[in-house]
Formats: sequence, structure tokens, C-alpha cells
Amino acid sequence: MGAQPLMRIENLVKHFHVRLGAFGERAATVHALDDITFDILDGETLSLVGESGCGKSTTGFTLLNLHKATHGKVIYQGKNIVELDEKAMRPYRRQLQIVFQDPYSTLNPRMTIGEAVGEPILFHKLATKAELKDGIATLLADVGLPPRFASRYPHELSGGQRQRVAIARALACQPKFIVCDEAISALDVSVQAQIINLLLDLQQKYGLTYLFIAHDLAVVRHISDRVGVMYLGRLAELTSREELFDNPLHPYTKALLSAVPEADPAHERSRKRQVLQGDVPSPLSPPSGCRFHTRCPVAMDVCSKVVPEWREALPGHHVACHAVTEGISGTGGLPG
Amino acid sequence: MTKTNTSERLLDVKGLTIEIETRNGPATIVDGIDLHVNKGETLGVVGESGCGKSLTMLSLMRLLPNKIRVTKGTAHFAGRDLQTMSNSELRKVRGGEVGFVFQDPMTSLNPVMRIGQQLAEPLIYHRGMNKAQARKRAGELLKLVGIPGAEDRLDAYPHELSGGMRQRVMIAIGLACNPQLLIADEPTTALDVTIQAQIVDLVKELRDRLGMSIVWITHDLALIAGLVDRVAVLYAGTVVEDAPVDDLFARPAHPYTQGLLASIPKLSDERASRLSSIGGTPPEPGRRPKGCPFAPRCPLAEAICHDKVPVLESLVSAGAHRVACFVAQRKLEAA
Repeated sequence: MGAQPLMRIENLVKHFHVRLGAFGERAATVHALDDITFDILDGETLSLVGESGCGKSTTGFTLLNLHKATHGKVIYQGKNIVELDEKAMRPYRRQLQIVFQDPYSTLNPRMTIGEAVGEPILFHKLATKAELKDGIATLLADVGLPPRFASRYPHELSGGQRQRVAIARALACQPKFIVCDEAISALDVSVQAQIINLLLDLQQKYGLTYLFIAHDLAVVRHISDRVGVMYLGRLAELTSREELFDNPLHPYTKALLSAVPEADPAHERSRKRQVLQGDVPSPLSPPSGCRFHTRCPVAMDVCSKVVPEWREALPGHHVACHAVTEGISGTGGLPG
Repeated sequence: MTKTNTSERLLDVKGLTIEIETRNGPATIVDGIDLHVNKGETLGVVGESGCGKSLTMLSLMRLLPNKIRVTKGTAHFAGRDLQTMSNSELRKVRGGEVGFVFQDPMTSLNPVMRIGQQLAEPLIYHRGMNKAQARKRAGELLKLVGIPGAEDRLDAYPHELSGGMRQRVMIAIGLACNPQLLIADEPTTALDVTIQAQIVDLVKELRDRLGMSIVWITHDLALIAGLVDRVAVLYAGTVVEDAPVDDLFARPAHPYTQGLLASIPKLSDERASRLSSIGGTPPEPGRRPKGCPFAPRCPLAEAICHDKVPVLESLVSAGAHRVACFVAQRKLEAA
């Protein structure tokens, strides 16, 4: 892929400080995101997958500077945007948008759909008041809603329609990049497919780049160019969609893929699952070394002591795992 | 695998209709549902939000919220009428002969009661055990559902357990009295996929060991593919298709089932190819269209579909495969 990076994320860290105990007497640190490094390429769909608490949503928030990064850089158009204050951030806000899981709680219930979609246009001065009505109608058409919806309120719409409005609102800013944070997870199966198709159409039409945060691997497999797998605040593996699904290297990725059911009864009955034991440990006190070592079927001594390095094990295939490193250098086939 | 002999039916629901009282008068949310579960069988009930799948199951145990009531139909469990049974008799069925597992253990478990006590409650009530016996059995149940350090966990409160562990506790409570039927309502929807795989494997293993029947309610067709014997597909408060699981996935007859299956992304799909989707949205409960409820979204709808309601009928050529669709029935007759 010859695409240029749109955004570089370097050693990004996000810790939350919380107070525990009935009276908040104990201070603690949630290691939500630890030392994440990757590029987002121009025009691609990069998905982040992982289970709840793995830090995938925190990644989306932090790289848009909605959470203040604890450490690290997010380079966009030559600027490290995570050190900008709100005012300096404003021109970038327009280009970097986000769509959330639940459009009902993100849309103002007292604003009509037209007002909600028109608000960012006026705020960023992308059109005059006279042009506004046409602008709103165009946006609604883009997301497959008739112009008469402009005068309706969010409660009059179905879940799928509201999600279309949330997408129209993000599009209103003429963005380059949209974070879709579980944007289709709350929708019914039959409606989910409509929204996926819409996102794909809009990407083609406007050359958008997506960071798609999701837990449904079937959907991720369908829409992504590249996929990153996260576990407990760290990236475990990141590579192209084909490579990840055909040749997963990290033991966690393998377990995750093996847990996904396929809509095929005979296949499902005969298949041998690799079921992970136990639960994800708490991000308040993550395990030492490789964070997956407590559940890993191939864990070695070194795994509980040393954090595995995030390295390009195969061309375009990043992984952080001691066993993979050893396996590959053991065959002597690939340069370290 | 599926037997049609009615005497084998453990649960038999016929023409069940549920209405909700609204400001504008009663509205139908479940419209004449026919469902049955044979002894030892696992039935998947599939449908999208608001299709009435959860209400149907709650109504069987007479657990419907205020203003929602059953207006028509019958429901029999092991030959006994659930609608006319006395309250004291019904209490023996609930949690005794029929176990329940709900989606969200955090709202179903009592937050200020230790899980050992919550497990012991049905044992004391239904089985007449004393406290010591019930506690011993509770420990065994936690072990059965694979909770590590089971005996030590009896004194834990629900908030001290992870989501997956809480769901295991729910399953243990559902199984406490060796039920003949376990009704599981979206038991894995709130869980992560690796934990979901653990729970599905656990339920399969327990079913084979204890020989109970299961009704597994879900919106996820892929999830039940390897788990159930038969599937009933619900749309807007009616059963639109009912078939053995292999038949349903290989030869879905109802346009809604076909649409649902087609909208699941497949391994073989090209990247970013268009998914086939069903246009429009399901009708809101109580705002059901005239005729077939799926007709407004159906690509094959004809004049009759907007006028008359199709009945769930066996396809002559397909035995246990039943579908409620004029077009599908005609096609299969012609074939």
C-alpha cells in the first residue's frame, strides 16, 4: 500500500487517576493505554478490536485530544496535536470527527435534526445562513434521509435513523478523519448492514479515513484495510486484514478469532475452539511483563518479567510477543 | 433429532397474544405466537429488539410488568396449563422445574446479598434443604459452572465478581434445582467474545450432562448455529419461520430470515463489498401494519401480503420446516 500516513501515534500513554474505597481514601492509577505506537494511513479503514477495558475507545478519545494524553505524541499535519489547548485545537477539530455508539445520548433532544446538523456548519463558518438550508438537505441526502427529516426531533427517529443523523453531523464539518467508536454496535442486525454500507459509500465519495473501534470481528473483517488487536491497554498485533485473519501471530489474536461464532451449524458443531481460561485482569494492577501472560497458553518464564517489544515481525505485520520473536528467530528465516 | 410427537412436548405455546395498555387503548405486541420445545431439545429463539421474544418468555411465568397482559392463547408446561395454574403451584415451577438466566446479572442479582445465600434460596424454598445442606450444594453448583475457588466465593458479593463470573452465578442459580427446562434470555449479550465462548461451551456441557431442555433467546444467529437443534425466528411479535437448525441456515424460506442471514458478513466476502441489508426498520411494538408484518420491508411482497396475515404452516416438502409467508409457501408447493 503506497498511502501516506495521515496520523502518527508515538508511544501514547493514558493513565487515569481514580480514588477507591467507600470514601475515596485510596488513590490508584488505571493504566488505560500504555505505550501505543502506530500509523493511520490516508484513506484507509483501520480497526481496533479487543474486549471491554482493553483501551480501544481510550485510544480514539486520546488521539483526538478529547482525553489529555499522559505521555506520547499524535502527529497530524506535522503538529503534535495532543499538546494543543482547546483554542489551538479548534481548526483540527473540524477535520477530526467522531461518531459514538449511542446517538440518542449525543443528540440534543430539544434540537431538530436540521439544527443539529446545521450547528457545526455555522460554528466552523462553512456556509452562510442563506446557504444553510441547502447544505443541511445535501447532508441528509448523503446519509440517506429525506429533507423533511430536518424539522423532526431525535425521539421521532429509529435507532438507525439517529445514527445516520450522527454521521451527517460529523460529515457537516467536511472532515478528513472519523473515529467510529462502536458506531454500529447498538443497532439491530438488519439495520447494522445499512449503516456499514453507508459508511463505505461515504468513504469512497469523500476519501475519508476511518478509525473503526468495534468488538464484532465479522464486521471488522468486512470493512477494514488493517486491524489492530488490543489487550489491556497495549497493542498486541497490527497488520492487514488478510494477514490478521489468515496468519495471526499473537496467541491472544488466535484465541479471539477462535471465539467468534460463524453462521454455519455444521462447521460450528465440529470446530475445536481454543477457549481462554479466566478473565481479563484489572487495568488497576496489570500483570508484569506481557500483560497477556496470565491467560496465555504458550507463556514462558520471560513473559512475566519482560515487556515484549513492539516490532515488525513480518513486513507490515507488527506484533508484541516473546514466543513469536523466539519462534521466528529460531527458524532463522527472518532478520530481527 | 427433532421429534414432532406432541406427547414429547415439554413446553407448548399456542396462539399467545400479549397486549399493552396505552393512552390510545390496547396495542398488540405479541400476536398469536406458536412455540414448542420437545424434551431434551434446545430451541433458539431469534429476533431483533422489540420483536417480543423476551416478553413471551416472561409471560409464561406470569412475570409481565403492569399494563402488559396476555389476552389470548394457551401455554402448557409438562402438560399443565401455566395460565390457569394457582400461584402456589406456579411458584414451584418458577426457579424449580423451569430455571431462568437473564441478560444482565447485575440487575438480576441482589447487590446486598452474598452469592452463596442467593444460590441457597431456591434450594431451601424448592428442595426443603436446611441452611447447611443448601450451602454445601451452593458450593457444588459454583464448581459445576467453573468458578475457581468455588467454596471461597460463596461469601462474595456480586460486585466483587467480573461480568463473566456473575453470569456463571446466574447460570448456577438457574440450574440450582435441576430444572427440566432452562430459559436463557440473551445470556451472553453483555459479555466479551472470549467469555461468551466460555459460557456457550459451559451450557453445552451442562446440557449433555444434565439432559435438560433449553430455550436460548438471542439476536445473534451465528452464536446459536452450533448450539441449538431448532430455531424459531420472530418478527414483530409473530413466529415467521420455525425449522431444524441445519435447514434454516441452508434453506431459509422466509424473506426476513433470508435477509438476516445475508446481512451477516461472511469469511468469503470481498473487503468492503456491499452487504445485503433489509431496507427500513421493524415496526414499533403496537404499530403493526395490516397483513404480514414484514410486508412493508419485504422485497417479494405482493398485494395479498399487505392485506392478509399468513399462517405458520408446514411445508409439505420439508416436514418440520414451517414458514409464515404466502410467497414462500407458494414457491415450495410449486417445487
